[in-house]
Amino acid sequence: MAGVEKKSFLSPVWKRRLLRSSSVILLAVAWEWGARMHFVSDFLLPSLSTVLERLWNDTISGEILVALGLTMVRTFAGFTMAAFAGIIIGVTIARVSLVRWFFDPIVSVGNPLPKIAFLPIFILWFGVFDWSKIAMVAFSSVFPVVVATWAATENVDKYLVWSAESLGVDRRALLWQIILPSAMPGVFTGLQIALPISLIVVIICEMTMGGEGLGGSMMTSMRFADSPGVFSGIVAIAIIGSVLVKLMEIVRRRLLIWHAETAH
Amino acid sequence: MKDNIFIRYLPLVLLAILWEIAPRVHFVDPSELPPLSAVAAAWWSLLLDGDLWTNGISSLINWSFGLGSSIIIGIALGVMMAWSTTIDDIASPLVKALYPMPKSALIPVMILWLGLGAGSKIASIALSCLLPVIISAYNGARGVDQTLIWSARACGASNRNVLWEVILPGALPDILAGIRNAVAISFIVLVASELLVGQKGLGYLISFLGEGGVYDAMFAVVITVSALGFFADRAYLYFMRRTLVWRE
Repeated sequence: MAGVEKKSFLSPVWKRRLLRSSSVILLAVAWEWGARMHFVSDFLLPSLSTVLERLWNDTISGEILVALGLTMVRTFAGFTMAAFAGIIIGVTIARVSLVRWFFDPIVSVGNPLPKIAFLPIFILWFGVFDWSKIAMVAFSSVFPVVVATWAATENVDKYLVWSAESLGVDRRALLWQIILPSAMPGVFTGLQIALPISLIVVIICEMTMGGEGLGGSMMTSMRFADSPGVFSGIVAIAIIGSVLVKLMEIVRRRLLIWHAETAH
Repeated sequence: MKDNIFIRYLPLVLLAILWEIAPRVHFVDPSELPPLSAVAAAWWSLLLDGDLWTNGISSLINWSFGLGSSIIIGIALGVMMAWSTTIDDIASPLVKALYPMPKSALIPVMILWLGLGAGSKIASIALSCLLPVIISAYNGARGVDQTLIWSARACGASNRNVLWEVILPGALPDILAGIRNAVAISFIVLVASELLVGQKGLGYLISFLGEGGVYDAMFAVVITVSALGFFADRAYLYFMRRTLVWRE
């Protein structure tokens, strides 16, 4: 039977690859073709080539790079604050019972809140410029970091801690040498949840308050009925989102290179 | 001490007292943080006015249509992707490419397509919640123990039986966890889209009151929205535990 196998034009591997890329190609072709045939108006759906051309021109002129820079600075300022505060709070919650007593109800009530509703309050407190956006990002992303760090620190192997303690390790060394490294995978998972949240919140803040950035320029384009601008904005934002998620994965693999999870 | 509910929630009571006292003694500016009692009074009058009801119901309708459609479509797509390798090969690269996109970026496009009314809000919510539901249903359905499917088939189960009685129950824990994510996202997108445009909804009410400088009422609506988000999550969690009780 194996000898008379029908010779196919494409090897199975390539067939599969073609199939796997078909949806993306098909979507691109349908978008371009549908827009060119004017099934929908240019205003509602500018063709893919127009959008990419716009993206290219904005990159050359530096417009999109400025917007990107602003958005990234705000994202990372807020994210870094959330990361530091979240890790410190999470570790102390797990280790100090008084801190746990204070933060436990706050975290369990605060974590599921739709934090975005607080946006006007943050505007009231911090103004409409960068600080309110950064504060909003930090406030929205701190909870997942706290929860993940708390869980990871609590789940550190008790035998490791006991062995270290019986060998006479002091509290400080216990924290830095045993607890933090063993909690690291869990903590990093929290950060990986928090970063996309930061990006979502930054974009919403820029849309509502203005102040340029990717979200702000998308909103400006929308108000001027400049639909290629809106679509090039969403393409740029989608690319940035994927790049950041990928980067976090790479950083995770590098940081946890000693950990068993990297092996597989 | 662990079971004492008063001691457990004492920190929240302390924060509430601090919120009441700090603006009263002008430790913070009362126009920036109205005392809790003023916020409560404003909430009560909003409730009597009916403002809270009309806007709340409008938000609730958009939210349930958006989230509901994403759940139904998402589960169907996710299970189909897990069922057939061809559909999987075609759809999963697209799903994986779009998954990390910050969901809020969809709002302006939906406004462009569907206008300033309810349609764009429902569509934004539905599209933002769709991907987490698809991925959870896909992972859940793929994770179903293959021997269970084989045994069911050996007992003469049809495709339909296998789907409804083996795959869906098997995927349920993952699906329910994915929907919990979707609930959280749906609130963010709902409030964000109402803050941005529109003449109805709780998000609109917040920004309207904020622009008018009626801060005690604005705080009252923010607290209301937060409470809704919180109780939606808690109610869902309760429902999830009840539904999955057979797994224990």
